[in-house]
Amino acid sequence: MAITSTTEIDRLIQLLSKLPGLGPRSARRAALDMLKRKETMLTPLAEALRSAAEGVSTCSKCGNLDATDPCSVCADDRRDQSTLCVVEDVADMWALERSGVYKGQYHILGGTLSALDGVGPEDLSIGSLIVRSEDDRVAEVILAMNATVEGQTTAHYVTDRLAGAGVRISRLAHGMPMGGELDYLDEGTLAWALKSRQPVTGV
Amino acid sequence: MQWSDQGMVLSTRRHGETSAIVQILTKDHGRHAGLVRGGSGRKARGVLQSGNEVSVTWRARLEDQLGTFTVELARPRVAMVLDDPLRLAGLVAATELVEITLAERQPNREVHAGLTALMDAIESDPDWSAAYVRWELAMLAELGFGLDVAHAEPGAMISSRSGEPVPPEQLPGAGERLLPMPDFLRGGAGDPRAIVQGLALTGLFIERALDAPGRVLPSRTRLVERFARLDTTSGVKSGNGRKGD
Repeated sequence: MAITSTTEIDRLIQLLSKLPGLGPRSARRAALDMLKRKETMLTPLAEALRSAAEGVSTCSKCGNLDATDPCSVCADDRRDQSTLCVVEDVADMWALERSGVYKGQYHILGGTLSALDGVGPEDLSIGSLIVRSEDDRVAEVILAMNATVEGQTTAHYVTDRLAGAGVRISRLAHGMPMGGELDYLDEGTLAWALKSRQPVTGV
Repeated sequence: MQWSDQGMVLSTRRHGETSAIVQILTKDHGRHAGLVRGGSGRKARGVLQSGNEVSVTWRARLEDQLGTFTVELARPRVAMVLDDPLRLAGLVAATELVEITLAERQPNREVHAGLTALMDAIESDPDWSAAYVRWELAMLAELGFGLDVAHAEPGAMISSRSGEPVPPEQLPGAGERLLPMPDFLRGGAGDPRAIVQGLALTGLFIERALDAPGRVLPSRTRLVERFARLDTTSGVKSGNGRKGD
């Protein structure tokens, strides 16, 4: 660290190194690159960061991050209002949006139940999910939690809580990934795929 | 320092961006923690789910260091119960109880064998719920809070003070509660009501073993609630009454 001389640069490197995917070495490279391209990179980035810090907030309806509240997904009248897809985190919602196959509404729980980490139902946005699912327009709630012990424990808990809401509850399918070859799949995925096998239709 | 062993994953906590600190109940080295490099990655996450059986190698420079684990999946138990709410709740409650109650690095083959047998039951035994309560009794005995169920008469009650059976007609003393002792604790299956009674009994003494009266173990509480719901619905889940049906 002695090579860099100013506290501003040190502070920049220190903050960058806290970002996911960056360590001190890559943070130093990124900082140097930005400082070399001050007009085309550093200043626009600083402005974009300031604008995001001031403008982006959590959607009061679904929990998404956006510059408007409600977010652009919730405000879009063309989207299907009858399905509500429940995900753990904003990143999961963005992943589903990237796929472009789901055109309904979302609800972000903000995590999963974890006794050892002290995360209980009151720490997740389950209450607002129940309120949303009681809306007459909602006919189906899709549980899109991760295929982990915590994810599925949360999914079962949410299923119980939605029991009186009068909606169809479904979950994402589990098993073979697209392009997956049996020889390369881990035993857990294989076991679950075999357990979740489905009858072949049309014969 | 290095050893290899068989074990069961109890918990996985993310450490940094890519690694994880994993607790494993091993056959010969007791409950042991270790760092798994890449343990938060896509490949390892499926292996490091609570309840999975693994082959593990631990390495460290000194014995009292955390050390690193190299873990390989031996039996994917979690995948077999992930879509069954009750069995998954049982698996989570059992691994959490072992992690909370068992001292670290104290070899205990009986506890490992007991948890393995319980996981076998959870995976495939229709009467696994009775096996779960009996496993909690065995865990209590390991912790020094064993209940004398072997000498209890049918219909006996258990004293909250001594853990000893008392005749059903006996009245409780001051500050004492008498809890019903379901017959299945001595073997066989139990209906949901008996399971809930058994869990109430073991729960009281687990609190005592943890030296935390009224302490709630969230996963265990959710398991008890599920059995209680089964009791009220006689094992049949009620219909949903969907909108538009």
